[in-house]
Amino acid sequence: MVITVELRRAAPVLAAVVLAAATSAACSGAGGGGGAADGNAINVLMVNNPQMLDIQKLTEENFTKQTGIKVNYTVLPENDVRDKISQEFSSQAGQYDIASISNYEVPFYAKNGWLAPLDDFVAKDTAFDQNDVLPSMRQSLTAEDGKLYAEPFYGESSFLMYRKDVLDAKSLTVPDNPTWDQVADLAAKADGAQPGMKGICLRGQPGWGQVFAPLTTVVNTFGGTWFGKDWTPQVNAPEFKQATKFYVDLVRAHGEAGAPQAGFAECLNNMEQGKVAMWYDATSAAGLLNAADSPVAGKLGFAQAPVSKTKSAGWLYTWAWGVQQASKKHDAAWKFISWASGRDYEKLVGGKLGWSKVPDGKRASTYENQDYLKATPSARQTQQAITAADPRNPGTQPRPTIGIQFVDIPEFTDLGTQVSQQVSSAIAGSTTVDAALDGGQQLAEKVAAKYRAK
Amino acid sequence: MKRTWQPWGALAWLAGILFALPIGWMVLTSLHSEPDAATNPPSLTAPLTLQGYREFFGASTGQSSWPPLVNSASASIGSTVLVLLLAVPAAYALSIRPVRKWTDVMFFFLSTKMMPVVAGLLPVYLFAQKVGLLDNISYLVVLYTSMNLPIAVWLMRSFLAEVPTEILEAAALDGAGLITTLRRVVAPVAAPGIAATALICFIFSWNELLFARVLTGVVAGTAPVYLTSFVTSQGLFLAKVCAAAVVVSLPVLAAGFAAQDKLVQGLSLGAVK
Repeated sequence: MVITVELRRAAPVLAAVVLAAATSAACSGAGGGGGAADGNAINVLMVNNPQMLDIQKLTEENFTKQTGIKVNYTVLPENDVRDKISQEFSSQAGQYDIASISNYEVPFYAKNGWLAPLDDFVAKDTAFDQNDVLPSMRQSLTAEDGKLYAEPFYGESSFLMYRKDVLDAKSLTVPDNPTWDQVADLAAKADGAQPGMKGICLRGQPGWGQVFAPLTTVVNTFGGTWFGKDWTPQVNAPEFKQATKFYVDLVRAHGEAGAPQAGFAECLNNMEQGKVAMWYDATSAAGLLNAADSPVAGKLGFAQAPVSKTKSAGWLYTWAWGVQQASKKHDAAWKFISWASGRDYEKLVGGKLGWSKVPDGKRASTYENQDYLKATPSARQTQQAITAADPRNPGTQPRPTIGIQFVDIPEFTDLGTQVSQQVSSAIAGSTTVDAALDGGQQLAEKVAAKYRAK
Repeated sequence: MKRTWQPWGALAWLAGILFALPIGWMVLTSLHSEPDAATNPPSLTAPLTLQGYREFFGASTGQSSWPPLVNSASASIGSTVLVLLLAVPAAYALSIRPVRKWTDVMFFFLSTKMMPVVAGLLPVYLFAQKVGLLDNISYLVVLYTSMNLPIAVWLMRSFLAEVPTEILEAAALDGAGLITTLRRVVAPVAAPGIAATALICFIFSWNELLFARVLTGVVAGTAPVYLTSFVTSQGLFLAKVCAAAVVVSLPVLAAGFAAQDKLVQGLSLGAVK
């Protein structure tokens, strides 16, 4: 009897605690349900790049107010966002209406039926002006079925950036279309031009999107390729080896300090701090180097990606908006894309945040805008690099898939990253290029076997 | 009393400093500007700024950083309360009034922790997707509760096992019922143990990243997920991430300080005998 009385007295306390726990959970949970059920909100999953932070800032005032569509952003670093997007899209979970995907994902995502085709929206939305989008961009976002699956937010190629002031002082000139031999020669001469300054910055950090982005363009122009047309792996073929040796030797002899760990961010920092005279990397880096707070703004020159056997060698990359097939808000999603990838958005960014922050490299009209051209010394070279890039035929032989600095198969992230670790070790001096690429060939064999069987 | 040189004391200090150094480094980096934070070799004397913290609270994106912190708090507090509500009675039934074959029960609890968490990730994700619980904090509360429950039961059992049977018998002699015994006799003795268990569960759920990253999205994202979002492959981010890490660790630090007295008691429980 005693126990019953005690329980009765304790019960309200217990119930209150449970209730408190449940409500605290339900409250925040309810927000979750609410966001998804709200007819006038779309969810966007995107990579954490500066251009994405800018659009977050501008959305409320310039998009939501006009259209009544609220945009919920989720931002993640590049590797995490790729994982999250492939998880979300492969299960067609429908949580996100739009995701930032690159031209690497678009072809096989489209093939798997994960993306909604955009052709009908584009045809109806004449103000968007699809023909203004640069042809190489359109091509790389169109899948094998001929349908368009994404619209570029910004695009880039790769080119050579150099400290004009430093090279001028040494009476060195960089040709507009240099060869790799010329660049290696310039790097040797510019090495030590200022105290602590090395000749050139080239990425050495492991990762298919780090060291292998520039390195694959070197391989292409030296006549090498990851795979032949029939999926024969050619990772330890003479051309691939020659290119990799050239790259590794150059960065070891005249490259940045700490090269095996240097990626895009480290090279950017090296360039800004005056620790290198040249840098071969993404055209989008020019905007950062020319930004108002950059110590090297106005001191830079730009040249096309160095070549050997091909006419051009620059890569092609774009962060683009793709719509998830399972999303129930395709119309609202298109309205967002039409705004974010549209011509007026570039003008909005130029006017409000400065012309160096424009998400460029995707529209022909950008390169006719006088305000933009005045503020962007690299505009002409960037446009030329993107126009010259040929994602279907980037080397000296036919390829099995689209793509310049990558092979457009899902397995390439693993393959490229594993081989890159060996190449990075070669840059560090703990292995040889021959050993690295012989290992790479074996890995590539395994991937190729799967595709050759088809 | 004369203090003598104690080699173990010096070692303890050294270990303490070694543990504190990275934290101190993080705080220092969080107060630097981005270029200073990225400089190699590091510049210790660079001017201090609160820009990293301003960025964390949305200076350049206009996005509020409170929702992730609130989400983390709800998930951690909610699951910790549930864990204690379940673990304390379970531990009671395993130590003070042990059920039959209680060692098997204990081992069963422990065996649920033997599977790698990642092995359960896919089914947990697919289940959430089917029943519409993706991006929902309640789901994380349930998961964190089940993840921490075995640990809590084990901890609580060892704490409750320290309660002398004599005082329980004395309480029974005085006519105290189960609830009174629990509240008046067991609770005061076990309070340090409960505090220690609660703190550990709170820290585990607060820091959990794997499930949170996979299962949340737009609205239910927790602080650790938000923390990773400051990493970018284009541009500098070290100061921002350090500032974010400092802010995200503060609640845990506060909880640790709040429970400190009890913790010391809890950790030395049994040692004084």
